[in-house]
Amino acid sequence: MKTKENYLERLVHGVFLLLGLVTVACVLLITVYLVVSGIPAIREIGIVKFLFGAEWASTAAEPKYGILPFILTSVYGTAGAILLGVPIGFLTAIYLAKMAPKSVKEIMGQAVSMLAGIPSVVYGLVGMMVLVPGIRKLFHVPDGASLLAAIVVLAIMILPSIIKMSVTALEAVPKEYEDASLALGATPEETWFRVSVPAAKSGIAAAVVLGVGRAIGEAMAVMMVAGNAANMPSLFQSVRFLTTAVASEMSYSSGLQRQALFSIALVLFLFIMLINAVLNFFLKGEKRS
Amino acid sequence: MKNPRKISNSRRRFLWTVRGGMYFATALTGLLTLFIVAYVLIQGIPNLSWEFVSTKPSYLSGNIGILPDILNTLYIVIITLLIVIPLGVCAAVYLTEYATNKRLVSAIEYAAEALSGIPSIIYGLVGMLMFAGTIGTSLLAGGLTLVIMNLPTILRNTQESLKTVPQSYREGAFGLGAGKWRVVRTVVLPGCIDGVITGCILSVGRILGESAALLFTAGFAHALNGFVKGLGSAGATLTVALYVYAKEQGEFGVAFGIAAILLVLAFGINLSASAVTKYYQKKNAM
Repeated sequence: MKTKENYLERLVHGVFLLLGLVTVACVLLITVYLVVSGIPAIREIGIVKFLFGAEWASTAAEPKYGILPFILTSVYGTAGAILLGVPIGFLTAIYLAKMAPKSVKEIMGQAVSMLAGIPSVVYGLVGMMVLVPGIRKLFHVPDGASLLAAIVVLAIMILPSIIKMSVTALEAVPKEYEDASLALGATPEETWFRVSVPAAKSGIAAAVVLGVGRAIGEAMAVMMVAGNAANMPSLFQSVRFLTTAVASEMSYSSGLQRQALFSIALVLFLFIMLINAVLNFFLKGEKRS
Repeated sequence: MKNPRKISNSRRRFLWTVRGGMYFATALTGLLTLFIVAYVLIQGIPNLSWEFVSTKPSYLSGNIGILPDILNTLYIVIITLLIVIPLGVCAAVYLTEYATNKRLVSAIEYAAEALSGIPSIIYGLVGMLMFAGTIGTSLLAGGLTLVIMNLPTILRNTQESLKTVPQSYREGAFGLGAGKWRVVRTVVLPGCIDGVITGCILSVGRILGESAALLFTAGFAHALNGFVKGLGSAGATLTVALYVYAKEQGEFGVAFGIAAILLVLAFGINLSASAVTKYYQKKNAM
């Protein structure tokens, strides 16, 4: 009886361990798949030519595979979205965490959850129908599908993650800090900005990095508003991001072109892993403080 | 705050600038949300009809119906949850109940974090290689891709709720002579049901909104199938159908109709998620 029970316990333990390791296996599999399928094209094209080549013409008679336009577009697009989205999200978060009356906080909380729950294709659709014609008329450009449209859509899409994470970080600031500042004669506003925000800085930094990750990885919404021409990034020109470069040609690609798309995904993956490492760094900083 | 004390002009300027900034930013966020929701609903609802949601598209009559897409979405949600719940729950139980090796724990936790940071287009690509390449472009391949995507969500929510199961319950059960497996089965697992439910709701929300990961794994056919046959064949979910109708076919009325449905679903999911959280918070507090 005793040995039979032990046997069962061990079996169950083993099963749980195995299922727990599925997560690790998934990450390893994804990495291996991306590296194995991404390396051949880079080797054939040459890493310098691939990463720093300024021209992408995969279907030309003499195909060129330079992804510098995509890399720069992704970097500029993300930077633009952060520049636009972070100040708005940051100020909203401080208002919601510190100043807002309970009813406003409740309603805005629902609004932010709603914003987070809207599928990216719906953002893309609204962007396509409102933003793209708007930009065309406002700036008198021939086509509104541009880097600017993508930046605006991305800025809105990263708002909820920035607001939610910053609010959590700001609410976790010990009340004693704020009380001390108030007792010394600082106004509430001065207290929030000069005491609470610095105290919550690693949480807020993590929120920004999370926003960067979301912006750089977004594909569908960007695909619908950015025009998808492989140009060097310029505010009013049709551009292609790393994500959309993969998505837009995948369905009809073959041979070296297809392999090159996998290489683009590998580059994107490396970007994301870098961002994850930075995010972890800030999250650990928050846990320590 | 109500009686402005005597403060210098520069401090007063700071006060009003930041106050104005906060009001402006919050109003902008709120209005943007309101605008997007209202715009989609106003554009979309006139396109909705019983016929729209209960028929399949036909080239002969030019009719566009989204019943196949609704069913595909349902199938993919079911198959994904069926696979991901056992995986996620068991992994969480292992982490909180069994694991003694700290390195292993941090490896699994780090992996879960890495998974939640990977963009969906990469999932789509890997899913295409791993699943669609072996079993063909199908709802099952899409579902398996989504399993990997949603694993961290279920894992984390279960883990959180396992932490709220009091240690004394476990000790009590051990003290009565129960083995580890019996304790897990009778004490620990019932305690994590709220986390599993919350995780499921969040996962359903994510699956409903997912498109990039499904485009190359589940494809975009609009055939009307039963569950088993549907899993084996390609099919568009609502979001993928929206994308195809808007971007490739220029059927914006249809796209807005689907968008309106998706928004209502997303709203329902948000409401139920917060209702479940509140319900269990109350229950745990008692």
